[in-house]
Amino acid sequence: MKREDFKDNEYIDKLVEELNATGANVAVGKLDQLINWGISNSLWPLCFGTSCCAIEFMSLGAARYDMARFGFEVARNSPRQADYIMVQGTIVHRMAPAVRRLYEQLAEPKYVIACGGCAVSGGPFKNSYCVVPGVDQILPVDVYIPGCPPRPEAFFYGLMQLQRKIKVQKFFGGVNRKEKIEEFFKAHPEERGQID
Amino acid sequence: MSDIKEVISRVCPDATFEEGECLTVNVPDKSWAAFARELKENRELDFDVLSAVVGMDWKESLGVIYYFTSTSHNWDVLAVKVAVADRENPMIHSVSNLWKVALFQEREVYDFYGIKFINHPDMRRFFLRNDWKGFPLRKDYDANPELNPIPADDEQNEDDTVSYVEDEKGNIKKVPGKVFAPEEYVVNIGPQHPSTHGVMRFRVAVDGEIVNKVDVVSGYIHRGIEKLCEGLGYPQILHFTDRMDYMSAMQNRHCLCLCIEKALGVEAPRRAQVIRVIMDELMRISSHLLSFGCTAMDLGATTAFFYGFREREMVLDIFEKTCGARMSMNYNVIGGVIADIHPDFVKDVKELLRIMPGALKEYHTVFSGNLIAKNRLKEVGMLSKEEAINYCITGPSGRGSNWSCDCRKKHPYAVYSEVQFEEILEDGCDSYARYMVRMREIEQSCKIIEQLIDKIPEGDIRAQVPKIIKLPAGRWYQQVEASRGTFGVYIESDGSKNPYRVHFQSPCFNLVGVMDLTCKGNMIADLITIGAALDFVIPDIDR
Repeated sequence: MKREDFKDNEYIDKLVEELNATGANVAVGKLDQLINWGISNSLWPLCFGTSCCAIEFMSLGAARYDMARFGFEVARNSPRQADYIMVQGTIVHRMAPAVRRLYEQLAEPKYVIACGGCAVSGGPFKNSYCVVPGVDQILPVDVYIPGCPPRPEAFFYGLMQLQRKIKVQKFFGGVNRKEKIEEFFKAHPEERGQID
Repeated sequence: MSDIKEVISRVCPDATFEEGECLTVNVPDKSWAAFARELKENRELDFDVLSAVVGMDWKESLGVIYYFTSTSHNWDVLAVKVAVADRENPMIHSVSNLWKVALFQEREVYDFYGIKFINHPDMRRFFLRNDWKGFPLRKDYDANPELNPIPADDEQNEDDTVSYVEDEKGNIKKVPGKVFAPEEYVVNIGPQHPSTHGVMRFRVAVDGEIVNKVDVVSGYIHRGIEKLCEGLGYPQILHFTDRMDYMSAMQNRHCLCLCIEKALGVEAPRRAQVIRVIMDELMRISSHLLSFGCTAMDLGATTAFFYGFREREMVLDIFEKTCGARMSMNYNVIGGVIADIHPDFVKDVKELLRIMPGALKEYHTVFSGNLIAKNRLKEVGMLSKEEAINYCITGPSGRGSNWSCDCRKKHPYAVYSEVQFEEILEDGCDSYARYMVRMREIEQSCKIIEQLIDKIPEGDIRAQVPKIIKLPAGRWYQQVEASRGTFGVYIESDGSKNPYRVHFQSPCFNLVGVMDLTCKGNMIADLITIGAALDFVIPDIDR
């Protein structure tokens, strides 16, 4: 997909500006590029489908849409082997501690994608007594994919948006994602799960 | 019907009758236990299937409505209403000793309404956490989010259970218990596990590799749809049905529309009825193809998964052209369908019908006849016909136990009474029989579509319905045959534009109830294949 086809890239542009402003060492910068190129082209998802979106994600894995073209196909069932968690479906109160734990078990660098209306905001179930209104209440989300469920093309758009985001991140020093995640958890202290 | 009335007033003089859509019997709780035994064991009544258990809050009293069906008496339906006035500590006698399906159904009622069932062996919450405050479906429930904040920690004391036992003198005693004995070795499977087909959690007591007991922990996707419905108008609740069992979206929505149409006294035009039936059968094909693919993938046959999805994409294309979405189609509306069929519809469906026989042959070559598949599925997860009836296992899983329970034949709706098709039965009673029923049902669905596709009548696609839909006060129960079994919708109206109570009787809820029974004595690896062959969809269980 051409760069011009992405219409909503302000935040990626901002990241690039930040990068340019702070400047980078030539050697570290090149190393960064190499590492980011590697990460962005072999993103392994953690299968975490709770409802309808998971079925569309299965279509993504089947022959017609074939996400292997972009390096997303190695869907892992253990968080310890995955790069990002793809939250597909509603998160309810009983599930919330489990999602949080799965996120904490992912190895750095880790990302979160919220797929579908339910994960973005609670969707049609927003007013229910036991639905978490959007997974961003408990996890720091990188990319939102709206839809109910999103079409496979929308999934690809979201995943490629994540790739673009990764390509402009600084792996060594600089704008550190880790700090941002810490900030997020400081803002949401009461929900932090206990790790044994 | 009148002779049933006579028999009931003879065996239970306390009973009073209400006429309505079906005969409703009011029974006080003190004679309910004895009357329930008569219902089951008296040959003149012989109501052997408990098809729905609906908890109710009538403000001045709480209660339960049971819907019974008799397989021997022409599939007659009978409703029994048991109410208690005590709101602080409501108690009703359990019928789980007679109809095993009530084991889970009554736990659901306890979860939503706080009604305790006397002599039920395991009175825990079902969908909500055990530290949840309040009973959400009661009309006076306090929905303040501060009472039940988003939890940070896991539940404590998951093993604790309780039962309320009645002795001969009628005294009720609270008996605490444990789900698992201290010496049992318990393995946790789920909630995040790819082979449980969603977010189901099983706690399995094993002896070596042999399963001794399965404890089902549900509610990881419980979204409170029934409560949400009470705050919305009738056209607004339709979309929830597409998101419960997303593989039977068409049938579920058809059922809700039929139920509302029945209450309104409206009938969909014939063109809409034919389109609805074609869509239902297409949905069934798509669902069974997905089930085939997932069963194969759970056994490690990844190639078969791709085969199943290849044909499924064709069905999704047909849906997309007419309904505008691949999933969550939102196609049926009250009085008909939302849009007319696409000009390509007939051509595309015919192309699918042309391809399916060859594709099925291919599936059988690739997977059904495979030695490993046979070894893993045959004589695994045995469920006899009597148990299937007692646990109300309908759909392909029930028919795999040789129980003729197809709602399209027993209570025909839309144009099903006019089409020729065979009800598929297998007598294997094992996982392989369930799998084969699904594969053969695809052929029957094709046959139904073939009969209708050239005969879609001209005319309207929607009947005239009022802008604001208000149902008259009353109760309605409607069943259809969804992809996984008999799906039921219960609506109680008080005459306003919002329903007073909506209950969805999902087939998967009953399917998961037999996991303990079918897995006992099998290897732990077979738990996955048994689950795959029963083919439950978790959001349908949790709602």
